[in-house]
Formats: sequence, structure tokens, C-alpha cells
Amino acid sequence: MEECEARRRIHRSRAVCALAIALAVGVPWLMGGPSGAHAQSPPATPPGIIDILLIRETAAKPAPLSLLDIPPQDEGLAGAKLAIADNNNTGRFLNQQFRLDVLADAAPDVLVAEAQKRVAQGQRFLVLAVQPRTVLMLADALKGQDALLFNAGAPDENLREEDCRANVLHTGPSRTMLADALAQYLVWKQWRRWFLIVGPQPEDMAFAAAMRRAATRFGARIVEDRAFPVETGSRRADGGHEQIQQQIPLFTQNAAAHDVVVVADEAGQFGEYLPFRTWDARPVAGTQGLTPASWHPALEQWGATQFQNRFARSAGRTMRPQDYDVWLAVRSLGEAAARTRATDFSAIAARLRSPEFEVAGFKGQKLTFRDWNGQLREPILLGTPKLPVTVSPQPGFLHQFSELDTLGIDRPETKCRLPARAGPAAK
Amino acid sequence: MLSRLAACAALLLSTATADAFTAYVTNEKDNTVSVIDGTTMTVTKTIKVGQRPRGITLAKNGEWLLICASDDNTVQVFNARTLEFIKNLPSGPDPELFVLHPTGNPLYIANEDDNIVTVVDIDSGKVLTEISVGVEPEGMGINPAGTVLVNTSETTNMAHFIDTATNQTTDHVLVDARPRYAEFTPDGSQVWVSSEIGGTVSVIDVQTRQPIGKVSFQINGVNADAIQPVGVRITRDGKRAFIALGPANRVAVVDVATLKVERYLLVGQRVWQLAFTPDEKQLFTTNGTSNDVSIIDVEKLRVTKSVKVGRYPWGVVVAPF
Repeated sequence: MEECEARRRIHRSRAVCALAIALAVGVPWLMGGPSGAHAQSPPATPPGIIDILLIRETAAKPAPLSLLDIPPQDEGLAGAKLAIADNNNTGRFLNQQFRLDVLADAAPDVLVAEAQKRVAQGQRFLVLAVQPRTVLMLADALKGQDALLFNAGAPDENLREEDCRANVLHTGPSRTMLADALAQYLVWKQWRRWFLIVGPQPEDMAFAAAMRRAATRFGARIVEDRAFPVETGSRRADGGHEQIQQQIPLFTQNAAAHDVVVVADEAGQFGEYLPFRTWDARPVAGTQGLTPASWHPALEQWGATQFQNRFARSAGRTMRPQDYDVWLAVRSLGEAAARTRATDFSAIAARLRSPEFEVAGFKGQKLTFRDWNGQLREPILLGTPKLPVTVSPQPGFLHQFSELDTLGIDRPETKCRLPARAGPAAK
Repeated sequence: MLSRLAACAALLLSTATADAFTAYVTNEKDNTVSVIDGTTMTVTKTIKVGQRPRGITLAKNGEWLLICASDDNTVQVFNARTLEFIKNLPSGPDPELFVLHPTGNPLYIANEDDNIVTVVDIDSGKVLTEISVGVEPEGMGINPAGTVLVNTSETTNMAHFIDTATNQTTDHVLVDARPRYAEFTPDGSQVWVSSEIGGTVSVIDVQTRQPIGKVSFQINGVNADAIQPVGVRITRDGKRAFIALGPANRVAVVDVATLKVERYLLVGQRVWQLAFTPDEKQLFTTNGTSNDVSIIDVEKLRVTKSVKVGRYPWGVVVAPF
């Protein structure tokens, strides 16, 4: 009934102060938007505003091995911009307007202090493209306040497990989700004997641990486990192709009989050297070769073509997983706001946490949040640099509630103990 | 004996003419249209069309075959009998689905990549206007009186009601995630909107523009996530709806009065769009990933045949000759 009234109000009045409002609040769809025949008349009541703050940690990362892998300056940000445009396109029919603000700094302390200031000024929804430690710092600094955080990028398990926080939702996949997605496919391929090669960084070790867990879980065996020494100026990692061509076969020599090489090199310091250089002719998967990710820039299934085109037009490049994770966070907010027709924090946050919440993400099925730790359930794409190869969960990996829960740490195993939330427990 | 034979022959002949029809199927990946002869139920011809053909319909009392060539940003017109190319119509970018005004003109085209519905005069080939709608417009339905047009937008999750007299949107009704298709009941009182990701079909009252019911689906042994309603067709008597359920590989038969599913019919894989034969005795389904069409006996509610077509069959239309 209320909805009905609101809509009538919106329609009653359209033409009157259209321009005035558009100029006053800078409604994006009138500025540079379509003209004449298909211009949409705006509502006369000022739109409800939903502000979203994107926080980007801009610390320098080591240069990637390949020139093709240099991250764009607007990684993540471009996803936020597209989602804001998508939300506003829907919002104009519901008298809602989404605005993006961006906070970028290399120093976590600065980000935390500034975020606290912004929340005090009224920011309620924060999307984080930051390091895992910074996620925790922000979550703890804003604890108990009217602020909801979206971790859109840090895959670290502890953020969903022992260090989970009630004010954080995760739209990027966790490491175990990525590892399980890959493991299911390798097992489906009957490549059950893995030669694991692990880099020296803590993230490399974490990915390797997730792969070892996945092996146990899905019936694969790690028949060989080697640490790849990367040092600055390392003889293995440096030099032209002549040296690499000698070193990689040597390093992979005399391994137990294996079906596939699984590489754990999140920092991207050596993994790209492995394909076509291993002693035995074996495919490479893991952080390089066949890789699991939340997004692939060449996915065209499930209507993704239009989504990719829209992103390319808006950003001038292809979409990367972090863009997608951020897009999903902002779109989730848009979806919760549209369904509740609300702009206030409590209604939107409650909807996001309710069992009714679902969002479409161009992956062929609805995406929902796990109520025990705030992790988004989502299919994981496995791909080579040019094309998606498959999507996990793989056929035959069953689950009593949702097959998506075959990816990552499931409810019975979780170490996350959040205070009980309102509403019935999801199945 | 002879007379009985003659009677038999006469009967055969009469049914043959009464049942004569031709089905046209767009093959999204092949850039072709498969032409199926209704008498033999075999593919008699495959014609080359533009890139990524999806939506398909007939115009000019069935004489023109209209095809959305999505990647060519055009609507192609073919002679439905001779299959000769006639002309291209402007369509706006990435045309996916369209609907013809009941009077035969104009054509309303959903531009999936551009958040607009393009209105085209099919005779002059001129764009009459563009109507701004939500993100990724797809489904297009028009009421029998031709006064109300409904477009669905996949990412905005709405059914946009458009007044065809003014070509302005008048109402925006939220439905479940990824609305794909809009189909009016023959009396024009309801519009059925399928939500692919939401897994439901919303029934909206056209008078009040309020959702008045929802069709939900449950199939033993099929994961709820795989039940993704797309194409919808309602019989002329307004009693039964047939709903394609995508990767659930089934067509649901729904009682329009109660919104209850009567039966699920197993068809090919990723069933997408549907079309009745002119006598409404049979229903064609396009099965995207098994590269075939299934044919359903509408009275007996049985799948009688499948016919292999090109790769990724998407849309289907049936002509009465």
C-alpha cells in the first residue's frame, strides 16, 4: 500500500521542477543523458540519497613478471563507478540516487582516521579495496557504529573465520573458495596427483595451505611439495629466457609421478615461468596457468557480454576480478535499497543480512550471503588468460543446502562466532 | 474399401493443409536460421543471417521474417516464403527481443546494451523514437489492444509499462532478479514476467500495475538454482501457460487461474523460447545447449519429437504456411 502511494506520488508530478532538481543535485541521467523523445521525466520529490564510500589502499606492489599484468590505476574503482551507474539507472525509477565517494591512501592509519571522520559525517556504507590487516583495523575502528563494510578483495581466510567481524560482508571469494573451485575441476579431470610448488610470501603459503586442504577434501594427493626460492636478484627469477629455460626444468626435475603442477605464487614472482618449462610435460594450475577467480574478462555466458561491454565503455579496459568484487558490493547495496525502497542504514543493512536477500551477478544463479560469516556465495570461474575454461562448483559435488557451499569453509567447520542475528537462521 | 481409402486420403490431405506450417529457429552461435517444415518436421533449409541472431518474429501477415542480428546492431527482414533477404531495419545497438504492434506496425525493439527501447516503422525503416528504460532491457510484450507495452530490464529487475500513445514509461514494477520475458494474457488483463535468476514468474495486473501473484517451481531432483524461467506462452483461451525453465531442461505447464504448475515436461538442455503452431496443437521449444528443438503435443502434454538444428538455438516463430 505504501509502495503504491509512493509510486503514485512519483508519477503525479514529473515534469514540473525537473530541471531545477537535476541541476541542484546533479542527477547523472539528465546530465549528458538522452534528449528529447526518450528523456525520462524525473520525480518532483528530491531523491533519497545513498552514499557509498570506496576505500582504496594504494601501497606499491612488486612489479609483475609480465608487462601485460601491470594493474590499471583504477582497479576496483572502475567497478564501483559502473555499479553506481547501474544502481542509478534503477534508482531513477524508485526515486533513489547513489553517490560514490573515494578515499585513497597508501597508509592504513590515514585511511582509518579518515574513514572514522566520514562515518561521523554520515557515511554508512564502506567498500574496501584494501589489505587484509586494514580490513580488520577499519572493522574494529567502526565497531558498534552505523556502518557496514564490504571486503571486496582480501581473500584471507582469517577475515571470515577466527577474525570475522559482525560489521563486514565479503563480496570477493575467500582463498579456500578459490582453491576448492580449482580442486573440484582437477579431480573432475582425474588429475589427482599434484606437484605443489610454493613461493616464499605469506600469501603463497596461505594459498598452498588452501590447496592442501582442498586435496584432502576432494580426494587428490600432493605427491611432491617444493618451495620455490625467490630472492631479490635471485638467479632463478631473474635473467632472460635463456636462464629461465635452464632453471625451471632443473627445479622441476625428479618429482614423483604427477598429473598437474599446482603453483602457489600470489605475488606473481615466478609462477608464469612454469608453463611449458616443467621437466615433465604437465599442465600448470593455481595462481598461474589455469587460475580460479571471481571474474574473467572474456566471460560471455549468462548475459555477461552486455556487462563486459558496459564496463569496457565506461572504463576503457577489460574487467578484473577486483572490479567485479567491488561492483558486486555496490550492486548488493543497490539491490537492498531497491527491494526495501529505503535509503536508511538500518533497513538496507537488515535486508542485506536477511535470508530474502539475493543479487544477480552474471553467473547464472542468484548470489546470497552466508549468514554465519557474511561471505557471498558465488560460482568461481576457472580460466586461462584468454578464455574461461569452466565454472565451479563442478557437476557431482553435492551439498545438502547449496552446492555453492561446497566451495570454501562450510557452516559446520567455521570458526566464526558472530552474535546471533535477527531473523530465522538460513538453511 | 476404396471409398474408405479415398476418405482416408481426403482426411490426410485436409489435415495436411490445415496443419501446414513452417517453423523458423535462430541459431545464436551459427548466425543462421533453421527452417523446419511442419509436415515432415525436418529442417529443410538453413539460411545465413546476421551475427548472433536472437529474437525472431513475423510481420505483414506472416510474409516478412524479422530477425534481431544482435552483433550487427540491426533487424534483418527476410521474405518468409522465399527466404530472400529484403532489407535491414535500424534497431539501435544490440537488439535482443522485439514485439510488433498488433496492427502490424511499429516494431518495439529492446536494446540490451543501451538501456533503451527503439520504436521503428517497419515500412519506412525509420526510427520513430527511443524510450529510456532500465539496465539491459530484454523482454517485450504488448497487450492485444496495442495500448500498453511492457519491457523488462534484466539488471534493474523491473517491468516498465509504456503508454504506446505517448511512448513514455508510466509505471515501473519491481519483479524478481533478471526478468527475461513479458507475455500478456489474451484478454490483456495480466502480464506475466519471468525472472530467470529469481526463479519465478510474476503476474502483474495491467489495470492497477500491481503484482497479484507469483508462479514458483519445484522439481524433484533438480536444484532450485537450475530452475530459471525464460520464455512464456499462454494459450489463446487464456487457460494454460507454458514456461521454459532454462537449465532445468523442462517446460512447466501452469494453470492460469490458480497459478499452479500442472506438469513439468522434460525437453532439451537450457530451454529458452517457445512458439505455438498456428492451430495451437503443438509447441516448439528452443534448447540452447543441446542444439535442438523439442515439439510438445499441447493437448496430451507430451514431448513428441526433437529436431536437431544449429548451435545455440535461441528464438523460434511459426508461420501458417
